[in-house]
Amino acid sequence: MIAGVLALQGDFAEHIAVLDRIGVASVEVRLPRDLERVDALIMPGGESTTFGKLAVRWGMIEPICAFIQAGKPVWGTCAGLIFLARDVGRDQPTLGMMDIKVRRNAFGRQADSFTMGLHIVGVPGGPYPGVFIRAPLIESVGSDVEVLCTLPDGTIVAARQGNMLATSFHPELTRDARVHEFFLSTEFTRVQTR
Amino acid sequence: MANDNRNGNGSGEQGQLSRSERTVGSWELKKGLAQMLKGGVIMDVVTPEQAAIAEEAGAVSVMALERVPADIRKQGGVARMSDPAMITGIIGCTTIPVMAKARIGHFVEAKILEALGVDYIDESEVLTPADEEHHIDKHDFTVPFVCGARNLGEALRRINEGAAMIRSKGEAGTGDVVEAVRHARAILGDIRKLKSMRRDEMYTYAKEIQAPYVLVEETADLGRLPVVLFAAGGIATPADAALMMHLGVDGVFVGSGIFKSGDPKARGIAIVQATTHYNDYKILAEVSRNLGDPMVGINVGSLSAQEKLAGRGW
Repeated sequence: MIAGVLALQGDFAEHIAVLDRIGVASVEVRLPRDLERVDALIMPGGESTTFGKLAVRWGMIEPICAFIQAGKPVWGTCAGLIFLARDVGRDQPTLGMMDIKVRRNAFGRQADSFTMGLHIVGVPGGPYPGVFIRAPLIESVGSDVEVLCTLPDGTIVAARQGNMLATSFHPELTRDARVHEFFLSTEFTRVQTR
Repeated sequence: MANDNRNGNGSGEQGQLSRSERTVGSWELKKGLAQMLKGGVIMDVVTPEQAAIAEEAGAVSVMALERVPADIRKQGGVARMSDPAMITGIIGCTTIPVMAKARIGHFVEAKILEALGVDYIDESEVLTPADEEHHIDKHDFTVPFVCGARNLGEALRRINEGAAMIRSKGEAGTGDVVEAVRHARAILGDIRKLKSMRRDEMYTYAKEIQAPYVLVEETADLGRLPVVLFAAGGIATPADAALMMHLGVDGVFVGSGIFKSGDPKARGIAIVQATTHYNDYKILAEVSRNLGDPMVGINVGSLSAQEKLAGRGW
C-alpha cells in the first residue's frame, strides 16, 4: 500500500509525517504520472483556490476523477474537502466528485478558528481532537452521502460517499492518527469493490 | 481571553484539543494557519483590484499595505499601518486569508488590525519601527503573527514573544534576492549545526545566540523551526522562488516583485507554479518564459547601512 498525498500546496508534509508514524509508505503527488504509483490519495489542507489553479494548469483534474471512479480511496481535509465537492457556492475549479454542498470559510476569519472534541462514526476511542482553521462546513449532502460527524449545533463536518472521505478539520495537525487509520482500514477501503 | 498560547509542543495542548467546547486563539491554531500556507506564495497588494489579481494568480494569501516596499524606499518618510478602510476593502473582495503589517513594537496598530479581522499580522521592519527596544507581546492576541529574522537567534526570540510564523527579512523593495538567501541559509544552517550538538553545547549556544534554551532544544529535537518558515525580501522571479524552496523554506512572500513588474498577473502565476514545482527544471523553464519586464530593482550592495531595512528589529 502506497498512499499518495496531493502536494500542489498546503500541509502535505504534515500528512506524510502521520503516515510515517503509522508505518504507511507515501509519495508526493504533483503531476498525473505520480498518481500511477499510488493506491490511495489524501488531499491536504491549504488554499482551495490555489489547488484548483495548479490542478487545472497541470492537467490533474481528470486523472484524479478517474482515480476516484476506479474506486480508490480519496480523502480531503479542509481545502481537500472543498476540492472534492460538487458545489462550493462560487465559481472555482474543483473535482466536483462528491455530492456535497460546501460553504468556504464558514466559521469566520482566523480569529474564529477553533479546536473542539469530536465524535466521528467509525473512529472509536473517545473524543477526537478537531482542529478547524478558517474551515469550510458541509451545508447539505446528497442521498449517497453518509454523515460521519456533526458539531453539537448540527453542522456537518465529516462525511463519506463510497470511497471518498471528507473532513472540515485537520487530523494531520494532531498527534492522533485515528482518522488516518480509519481511512486506510479495510473497513473504509472495502466499499471500493461495491 | 481564551488564549492558551504558550510555546512548545507540550502534551497539555493535545488534551485541550479534545475539550467539548470551542477553544480559540491557541498556539496550535496560530501555527496551523501558517501550515496551510506552506508551498504557497503570499503577495503584497495595495488595492482590492490587486488582491483580485493575486487570488486569480493562485496566491495563498495577500499582504494588504499602503505602499509596496519599493515605493516606501523611494518616497521615504514614516511608513505606518495602512488605512483601515483600505484593509477592509481588501478583506471584502477576496476569499483567501488577508495579512497586514504593523510597526515593530506598535501593539495598538496590531490591536486595530486584529479588530479589523485580518488573519495574520506582520510585525514588520519594512515599516518604521515604533519601539527601538521592545517587540509586541504577541501572546496577548487571538490573531497570529509573522515576524522577520536574519538568523536563528532572532527567529527564536520572535517565537518566544509569540510569533507563529517566521520569514527571512531579506532586503525588501530591492528585487535583489541576495539577503533573503543569506538569512535563509543562516537560519537553516544554524539548525543543521544545532542538530549535531551535545546538550552541554546547546546551553552555551542558546546563550550565544540570545535565544531561550527551551526553544533551542525544541528546534534541535524537531530538526526545524517550531513554526513555519517563509522566504521574503527581494524575490522577483520564478527562479528566485524556486531557489528559496530548494534552500529549505516552506513558501515565499513576494512584495514589490509582482506589482512592480511589467505583467503582474503573468509573473504572479509563474511564481506560484515555480513554488510548487521547484524541483522540476523543465517546468521552471516553461513557466519562466515571456513574463515581460521584472521589477528594475536595486543592487543591495549599493545601499548604505542607513538605507537597509533588515537591521531594524533586535
